[in-house]
Amino acid sequence: MTYIPISPKERDAMLKTIGVKSLDDLFEAIPAKHRFPQLDLPPALTEMEAAAELADIANSNENIRGDLVSFLGAGMYNHYIPSVIDHMLRRGEFYTAYTPYQPEISQGTLQAIFEYQSLMTALTGMELSNASHYDGATAAAEAVNLAYAQFRGKRKKVVISPTVHPQYRAVIRTYTQGMELELSGDDGNADLDTKPEELAGMIDDNTSLVIVQYPDFFGRIFDYTKLIETAHSKGALVCVVANPTALALLKTPGEMGADVVVGEGQPLGLPLWYGGPSLGFFTTRKQFVHKMAGRLVGETMDSRGQRSYVLTLTAREQHIKRERATSNICSNQGLLALGSAIYMSVLGKTGMRQVAELCYQKAHYAADQLSQIDGMGLCFSDPFFHEFALCVNRPVEEVNAHLLEHGILGGYDLGQDYPALKDHMLIAVTEMNSKEEIDQLAEVLAEVSHG
Amino acid sequence: MANPTIVEPTIFELASPGRTGVTFPASDVPAADSLPKNLLRSDLPLPELAEVDVVRHYMHLSKFNYSVDSGFYPLGSCTMKYNPKIDEDTCRLPGFVHTHPLQPIETVQGNLALMYTLQEWLKEISGFAAVTLQPAAGAHGEFTGVLIMRAYHKSRGDHKRTKMIVPDSAHGTNPASAGMLGMSVVVIPSDERGNVDLEKLKAACDDTVVGMMLTNPNTLGMFDEHVEEIVKIVHDCGGLMYGDGANLNALLGIVRPGDLGFDVMHFNLHKTFAVPHGGGGPGSGPVGVAERLADFLPEPLVGILEEGDDEQPPLFGFVKPEKSIGRMKAFHGHFGGGLVRSFTYIAMHGPDGLKDVSQYAVLNANYLQARLRGTYTIPYDRICMHEFVAEGRFEGSDVRALDIAKRLMDYNFHPPTNYFPLIVHEALMIEPTETENKDTLDAFADALIKIADEAKSSPDLLHNAPANTPFGRMDEVKAARELVLCCWLPENYEQLA
Repeated sequence: MTYIPISPKERDAMLKTIGVKSLDDLFEAIPAKHRFPQLDLPPALTEMEAAAELADIANSNENIRGDLVSFLGAGMYNHYIPSVIDHMLRRGEFYTAYTPYQPEISQGTLQAIFEYQSLMTALTGMELSNASHYDGATAAAEAVNLAYAQFRGKRKKVVISPTVHPQYRAVIRTYTQGMELELSGDDGNADLDTKPEELAGMIDDNTSLVIVQYPDFFGRIFDYTKLIETAHSKGALVCVVANPTALALLKTPGEMGADVVVGEGQPLGLPLWYGGPSLGFFTTRKQFVHKMAGRLVGETMDSRGQRSYVLTLTAREQHIKRERATSNICSNQGLLALGSAIYMSVLGKTGMRQVAELCYQKAHYAADQLSQIDGMGLCFSDPFFHEFALCVNRPVEEVNAHLLEHGILGGYDLGQDYPALKDHMLIAVTEMNSKEEIDQLAEVLAEVSHG
Repeated sequence: MANPTIVEPTIFELASPGRTGVTFPASDVPAADSLPKNLLRSDLPLPELAEVDVVRHYMHLSKFNYSVDSGFYPLGSCTMKYNPKIDEDTCRLPGFVHTHPLQPIETVQGNLALMYTLQEWLKEISGFAAVTLQPAAGAHGEFTGVLIMRAYHKSRGDHKRTKMIVPDSAHGTNPASAGMLGMSVVVIPSDERGNVDLEKLKAACDDTVVGMMLTNPNTLGMFDEHVEEIVKIVHDCGGLMYGDGANLNALLGIVRPGDLGFDVMHFNLHKTFAVPHGGGGPGSGPVGVAERLADFLPEPLVGILEEGDDEQPPLFGFVKPEKSIGRMKAFHGHFGGGLVRSFTYIAMHGPDGLKDVSQYAVLNANYLQARLRGTYTIPYDRICMHEFVAEGRFEGSDVRALDIAKRLMDYNFHPPTNYFPLIVHEALMIEPTETENKDTLDAFADALIKIADEAKSSPDLLHNAPANTPFGRMDEVKAARELVLCCWLPENYEQLA
């Protein structure tokens, strides 16, 4: 199959205009001994064959809408995605456009990003949002970059709560390899019962940033107001990694005084897609706007007096600042930011609250049921949102294998990242889980417990 | 100053208290105790709209956009090719959409087989020994590559390498990627044929060099005529050769960067392998490396855990390279929106189809260059690869590249990239791609030739362009000075009901 719309006759006429005899003549600058390698790839498929082959591959997965009932979360969540979102995202005007560098013919993308920025600002309780980063983990790493730039690299310590998502902590370690930073608190062996205030002891005059998660990796909800006050008293900034669904219900990190709020935007109407692409949201306060990486859309007026939007403060970015830029990022998750904006718009205040409430109610019902099973129990007693750590008293892998036989995708094995939580699984419950499914999970787990 | 005219209200301005869009079923579980009040937010200032309000709003917005589906989009170095529609269907198959990244590997063998196969295909296309699919975009791939180069030198106890060499025609992301790791950047000029100046390169190469980042074909659209010598000079001083894969659309089945001696390169699946650009993302930026760097790739890679046989397929799973630089993002890369689309694209092209892609991309660029020669100055005038750079200025005229770009919109074309690369005055960087027909290329060349005439006869047409678009030129200074970066519900919102 080809998508090249040029006939042999047209090709020959074009070659003549150029002044060469054949297509091959265009490649004489290529070293002859390496020119035109024969690629060992399978022969081309027609569209009909490709559609069938890809369907076969997709069908060989067990998916969580048809094949399995899921209680797996740990950073990505199974939420209902309203039909209207994909109808809008499939408009070629949105998905086949480039970065809106020519604002006169890109107002659709620009206004949509401006609205996305506004919606994220409202949801997090912050003052501004950029146009997004790759995912929650890289957005958290960019918060480290912001703090590093804010203190001109002079403050060398970043305090990271051990209850920040383990993969986010790993990405921060990767990103900061050239910065000679001390990452404190980033330790899976830490006492996980410690309250956030106890992180305060690690914050000193050399600390640029404190990172906490809200709700934390185990689903627990803490008010970070005091911790943030302490950090500020030492001159340090605080980044809160937040779950956007929970923010529809909970006190905002903005209200607690956070300097940066980042997170994974996938729960806002985006597919799981085996982990990506998703959306890293990044919101902060006005005073940090010049140190923030990533695209930013601002309001202006055109030559005809019409309200319009442009990419602004581009002097912060790599194409101008080159090696002195805070980050090398030169894209945003445009289409997915649009998807999340449509989600927030079409759910609105009522729908967003409803989803958060349903998650909360169902997770608490599940926790209540599961903790009554002999030999099982909740690991923590703090308030939680839609995820909780359950002690199952035997290897999680074994338990999950048994659940899988009953068509249930069990929780995340916490022992992988936290030795103290061997035999604990992290269970996520959303509006997608019915009471019946939760009861079935309890039933099968009870079998495991007795078996 | 008068209030601006509002062409399309914001979603906040369209809201009305009490309207509802999508709602959810009532809870089917007994009510739980509420959270303590001090943990709850008092207000959620999000807009309220019906579904039809939302659809009309986004439909209106979509009509303000120019897109590949609506016309010619010759942005240099961006490879705005047509995106096959079937890719939109395959990436939305429920088996891909509804799989969770942390599912047991036994339940996602389809995903893992697809990823493994794509790793193998990208290796074959580029001539590298190993590939990671994890990086989220080209710049993210670059950062990955530079981390790998740094880790390689460190693993050999070679700690004094802190300099990265880039040519003056490089994308800004190259120096920025090196800067993120605290490296200093040494810029090498281009010679009069658009190649890297070899003498200057030799002078810069010593035992403090991490390596060189080279885009080839470069941003002038020129394939460097001394590429093998460049690689040798960099290798001789112990440096590594980074290939910026931004321009790989010129090289499929033409030459493999790995065969030329490059050590590491990122792919831009959203350029070369037809993942749509999405209004600025998401992209996908896999990285390929030579054998000696394979142990440093990010974790995890997809590997075969148990070999298959005639009856059983192999068991695919995750493996961690021995000296891995770590994780670049959460989970496994841009699977659905990136990898599935590109897998579909490569499967439907095969080896000959991919070679056609590059041959016709180069044909189209050379054809446009030939049509514009004589009207526009082409500072590096030889057979180009998939793109070329012209000067957007005329002797004795105050018309600039920006004016030409804006005037092209009046002829219903997206302008080329302008003011890049920095080494050409008033640059117009034109990349037509292989998915445009001769009629479109001719119409575009005719428009540019006509605009050159207008520049002489009626330059104000250009200065005031665009005139035929829904919006005119923007006041960018006002945007940066006032910094209005978000909007809210109107102050009297609750009274609107």
